[in-house]
Amino acid sequence: MTELLYGVAVAPFKDMVGSPAFFVEVLTGGVFAGLMYSLVALGFVLIFKASGVFNFAQGAMVLFAALTLVGLLERGVPVVAALLGTTAVMIALAWIIERLVLRPLVNQEHIILFMATIGLTFFLEGFGEMVWGANVKKLDIGIPDRSFIVAGVQINELELSAAVTAAILVAVLAVFFHRTRVGRALRAVADDHEAALSIGIPLKTIWMIVWSVAGIVAIVAGIMWGAKSGVQFSLSLVALKALPVLILGGFTSVPGAVVGGLIIGVGEKVGEVYWGPLVGGAIENWFAYVVALAFLLVRPQGLFGERIIERV
Amino acid sequence: MDRRGLVSVLLAAAIVGAPVAPALAAGEDFIPLLVYRTGPYAPSGIPIANGFVDYFALLNERDGGINGVKLAWEECETQYKTDLGVECYEKLKGKGAAGALVVNPYSTGITYQLIPKAAVDKVPILSMGYGMSASSDGRWFPWVFNFPTNYWSQASAVVRYIGHQEGGLDKLKGKKIVHIYHNSPYGKEANPTLDELSKKYQFELTLLAVDHPGQEQGATWLQVRRINPDWIFMSGWGVMNQVAVKEAASKGFKMDHFIGNWWSANDADVIPAGDGAKGYKGATFHAPGTKFRVHADIFKILYDKNKGAGRREAVGEALYNRGIVNAMYTAEAIRTAMGKFGNKPLTSEQMRWGLEHLDVTEQRLDQLGMKGFTHPIRVTCEDHEGSGPVLIQQWDGAKWEIVSDWMAPMRDVVRPKIEAAAVEEGKKLGYPMRDCSKEK
Repeated sequence: MTELLYGVAVAPFKDMVGSPAFFVEVLTGGVFAGLMYSLVALGFVLIFKASGVFNFAQGAMVLFAALTLVGLLERGVPVVAALLGTTAVMIALAWIIERLVLRPLVNQEHIILFMATIGLTFFLEGFGEMVWGANVKKLDIGIPDRSFIVAGVQINELELSAAVTAAILVAVLAVFFHRTRVGRALRAVADDHEAALSIGIPLKTIWMIVWSVAGIVAIVAGIMWGAKSGVQFSLSLVALKALPVLILGGFTSVPGAVVGGLIIGVGEKVGEVYWGPLVGGAIENWFAYVVALAFLLVRPQGLFGERIIERV
Repeated sequence: MDRRGLVSVLLAAAIVGAPVAPALAAGEDFIPLLVYRTGPYAPSGIPIANGFVDYFALLNERDGGINGVKLAWEECETQYKTDLGVECYEKLKGKGAAGALVVNPYSTGITYQLIPKAAVDKVPILSMGYGMSASSDGRWFPWVFNFPTNYWSQASAVVRYIGHQEGGLDKLKGKKIVHIYHNSPYGKEANPTLDELSKKYQFELTLLAVDHPGQEQGATWLQVRRINPDWIFMSGWGVMNQVAVKEAASKGFKMDHFIGNWWSANDADVIPAGDGAKGYKGATFHAPGTKFRVHADIFKILYDKNKGAGRREAVGEALYNRGIVNAMYTAEAIRTAMGKFGNKPLTSEQMRWGLEHLDVTEQRLDQLGMKGFTHPIRVTCEDHEGSGPVLIQQWDGAKWEIVSDWMAPMRDVVRPKIEAAAVEEGKKLGYPMRDCSKEK
């Protein structure tokens, strides 16, 4: 018993203090991983914020975007043209989703729209596989992937690039939401659909725009995750890594997606490295959910989410 | 066209376009194929399935089947999911004139579920190089075969190889070896053997589990960097392999000291890392590539006539060749059984006899156009594994090359463990122990 207590409450902290450079490396790895999760979580936040729909298909959109990009690259399309082509495909997809899925279901319960996005997930996975094939594909758009050492801490160039990209993306989205006319309209729709409609904001156009933006975010996430693991079906599973981030950060907050990602990323890395060996390891995946669930008990709306109070 | 009309047209198109199972004739040997051509593991499942189908198609096209009896098969999609695999088995076990001859589950999870059913349904299981290592003891598991070798033998052969590379097994003392494994029954299979060998040869073993699917392995590789191992052995699957190879390359680990097991060293596993994967090694029990006569026949008789199951350029990939080897063992077991029961469609019990008396010699491999492609194997009542040796292959940036001699498993370590585990597992299932001396 004493040994167990020592292993849980003393040894990990002694280890952190005893090897500070390694501890910093673990924290750095957690920050980078967290930002990768944030890239996926942002797509969920955008759609939920604008329409209240939990888009189960966000992971499949990441896969579909990456498959399209790598498919174009494999056919000899230059990188910039392939990126533009993929963006066009994702915008077209948003238009199709709005016309064929969302518009017929307007005014339906959110659970119906959620179910529709589950259907969309299977469609995108199957259609993507049918068009681009099931093989693992290398995604190379010139992002470096070597490691270098700074003050004894190993840093990976790909992870660093992903962190910078995530930071830029959040900044761009913040400007988009707060400084543009469309962004303000989008926030108005998010606050109150009916009030927004009454002052002439076109709901359907806003939905199309927000799904397009989520599609573009999916391209960025697809590039980063695809560069890490190759482009393949499992990319759609990265959505699972975004769920605890959303629970923690709140479903409606862009900064929340980033901060939530950082907490989850650092939490799971520290948990796995220092406490994982006590239980045979491989706690990284579920530890993130434990952190998120513990948080849920204290603050159900997440760190930055809107508190919902309804009269009954 | 209104929406209902459009839906009708699409449905009709889907029905017309759907793949149709080949019609079964009364005089054929039926083999169900549990495949995963879709889902996250499709990149591994597709080449295996294509290897199987091409070899069976080759036998039918070139030889008119086996001794005049054509082979029939039907694919059932499992997506590598255990529940779907069991459904597929139930669906296909009764098909064909005399039911399924043998089932190849192609998943350790599905194999574990089918083992209790096999003895009841009398359908032999061939889990070639996967599944339950304990089932290698045929005295306890008459209906299960896992030749040419199992995970425990593989682990011991890889340790032998590492010993050779270090200048002898005695040089392993003090070396640090990390086993990165898929956190599943499959991934954990090698752990007890490695643990025992670490004590015997006094190397420092660290076991690092990676949870499914293995897309994020940051913590694992932080620990690898801290341990700074001399060698890494990996039992991975699917995306876990690709991420691990890429992580090792990007973190600057010596790739020629990183060895995947035979499910972790496929063409798909090295593609995302590009040039970084150069030097990565993997265990195998057959050669890669297309330089064998059997491949020439496959090209000439199938692909030149547009009858191949997959892409021409995918013929010869590591997992495609594994499908060929598996199909060859199946075909040779049928041939063996026909030697005793006559050249006619077999029952599954006759097939079990054929599997248990399989003896693929060097000469037979030559006749099959597979000389040097894989190792001869002999299965017996007691030994359903065959204790086959293992090769080490290495990725040169474009293809796999064999870089070792056949590495023999450490039978003195592995076989007693198998026998002990077989007693335990066999008793759990309520099996009696067979007396093989009475069956000779």
